[in-house]
Amino acid sequence: MAADKPWALISEVGENGYFEELADIMREHFQIMPLSDFLQSPALHGPKIQVLFIWKFYPEPKPSLLAELPSLKVVCSAGTGTDHLDIPYINNLGLKIANTPHVVSDATADFAMGLLLASARKMFEGQQIARGPEMVIIPQSLMGVEVSGSTLGIIGMGEIGHKIAQRGKGFDMKILYHNRSRRSAEDEAAVGATYCENLDDLLKLSDFVMLSLRFHTDCTGLIGHRELSLMKPTAILVNISRGLLVDQDALIHALQSGIIQAAALDVTHPEPLPRGHPLLSLPNALITPHMGINTTTTAKKIMHRMVNNAVAAVKGLPIPDEVKPQ
Amino acid sequence: MLLQLHTFRGLFNGFGRCERNVSFASCVRVSIALKKNIKAYGTMAQDKPLALISYVGGMHGLIQEAADLMKQHFKLITHQEFLQNPSLHGTKIQVLFSWVNKPELLPSLFTSLPALKLVANGGVGIDHIDVPYLNSLGVKVSNTPLVVSDATADIAMGLLLASARRIIEGHQISMDPKTVDFQSLIGTEVTGATLGIIGMGHIGLRIAQRGRGFDMKILYHNRNRRSPEDEQAVGATYCKNMEDLLREADFVVLAVNLSPQTTGLIGHKELSLMKPTATLVNVSRGLVVDQDALLEALQKRTIRAAALDVTYPEPLPRDHPLLHLPNIIITPHIGTDTTATTLKMVQMMIDNALAAVEGRQIPNEVKPK
Repeated sequence: MAADKPWALISEVGENGYFEELADIMREHFQIMPLSDFLQSPALHGPKIQVLFIWKFYPEPKPSLLAELPSLKVVCSAGTGTDHLDIPYINNLGLKIANTPHVVSDATADFAMGLLLASARKMFEGQQIARGPEMVIIPQSLMGVEVSGSTLGIIGMGEIGHKIAQRGKGFDMKILYHNRSRRSAEDEAAVGATYCENLDDLLKLSDFVMLSLRFHTDCTGLIGHRELSLMKPTAILVNISRGLLVDQDALIHALQSGIIQAAALDVTHPEPLPRGHPLLSLPNALITPHMGINTTTTAKKIMHRMVNNAVAAVKGLPIPDEVKPQ
Repeated sequence: MLLQLHTFRGLFNGFGRCERNVSFASCVRVSIALKKNIKAYGTMAQDKPLALISYVGGMHGLIQEAADLMKQHFKLITHQEFLQNPSLHGTKIQVLFSWVNKPELLPSLFTSLPALKLVANGGVGIDHIDVPYLNSLGVKVSNTPLVVSDATADIAMGLLLASARRIIEGHQISMDPKTVDFQSLIGTEVTGATLGIIGMGHIGLRIAQRGRGFDMKILYHNRNRRSPEDEQAVGATYCKNMEDLLREADFVVLAVNLSPQTTGLIGHKELSLMKPTATLVNVSRGLVVDQDALLEALQKRTIRAAALDVTYPEPLPRDHPLLHLPNIIITPHIGTDTTATTLKMVQMMIDNALAAVEGRQIPNEVKPK
């Protein structure tokens, strides 16, 4: 009976939140309350909420919100990243946290390659010309960078990084990688990847530098002036990880002065960039609004996983994707 | 001098590939001597054979690096220079370098080029060249197969991914000063989807290889079935019946030559066989697709979307309805537009042209069928 189902707090159903099919997946096990309804009477609704579903960072699990949810058992976040969560604080309130590892990897790896190809082959500029009011092509401006047989340097060879390597191999790319720890010989052989213990070596040798590492605050500005100047002037930087990994001012300077050829970013800091931000006016910056996991198939997989975790939490069972305190 | 060059070329062509009984050291000595000779030879521009080109730079011209490569072996006459005084150079032009279908290969042009031996085309497709007609004038035709395949396969995958994952729209939204809503773009999954390749030649096979890296299921349709080794290498399944491929594929990629048999290959019937969630990608020729049928299919959502590097004509007139659809990507025939591939093509054109000038067999001659 619907009335017996536990309550979950969500952002909203609709274009800016969950599409209808995702809401249906939640409704199989939960009664869902959009944040706007909740805010109309927090004192009335608060005690009912046992689950907080976070999708694309909303609703934000601020202390003020959590304080109004005395029955909350679990914070279920979509995606693998947890840097937007104050894990110790939330745990201290007696709450569990879950994310959705693995199910995001394929879609993210696909998107990474899509960005790489679109940037390398100047597809955005190409389309502007093909569909613009006047078809004026200056061949040099549409000359792209060869992807086949080029060197792909992957920084962060976790599950996503490895899948990116597999896709790069399909293009006969030479794969270099840098990771906190070296991967097994089998993993390396599977994608023909060569370990670069020294990040600088990877930066010097790569035609495409791919950021696919898990974000920690000590990785802030991992790619700055120095790293960009080590890269080839023909190189392209692709970031599908977190905006803070890149020193954006350094990147702007590098793109303006030809220190690197181009950048393709699915993530920035902040998201979205304020209108008028210099990155938005650079012709050699391809920017997408954090859509790396945006497919119907993957969204549904994520939702199933979130619901799975939430159901376990409500029943007091072990949570499959629990994010343990470090 | 030419004779000496010919003999030495046999020795040092393909670095390290020396004739038997000739030591490597002597090959190196010869090649160093030869390079000195060529440098000296190179300064005597008037000894170089003449080649007709369209122009350098501008909208459809050769890139500067391409022209520089050609100038090492040929004196280049632009079409404009030629037209200013056809009789000055006309009798000496032995080669025509055709790039993006320019200069236009009109019969009137050939009557002014009595010494022409070869039309060397940049690109593998020669549907725009009347080979029997040129052969009847004693002019041979060459193209640039193989070297175009990687870059073309890359663009095919790039178009597939950009369409499936709505990358171009995403960028537009990110950049637009008026954007308020940043989250509503949902695309279609590529990993594990079914890729149907129509035309499994050199390019098609490379597209299959790339698709496999995404764990895609590969179906293909071709005039002839490929060998089991080729199929296994890319995990491809043959569809003898093209209609089966159309029904099952999530992404249909066209990689055929344009011929009378492939003109209008994809029309109303074929589009209606495709899934409503399917995407059509074309890196062949615009005429392989019935554009009116495609327009209707995209408007009615008979298929999800299309991504085209080729149209008919190129470019489309600015008011053409295809240009204004939300579910289409169109790029201006940039399939081989990387400096590396362009220069490989040009080198191949030069090799064919030199063979023609020197009376040798032309490596990439296109014979009439």
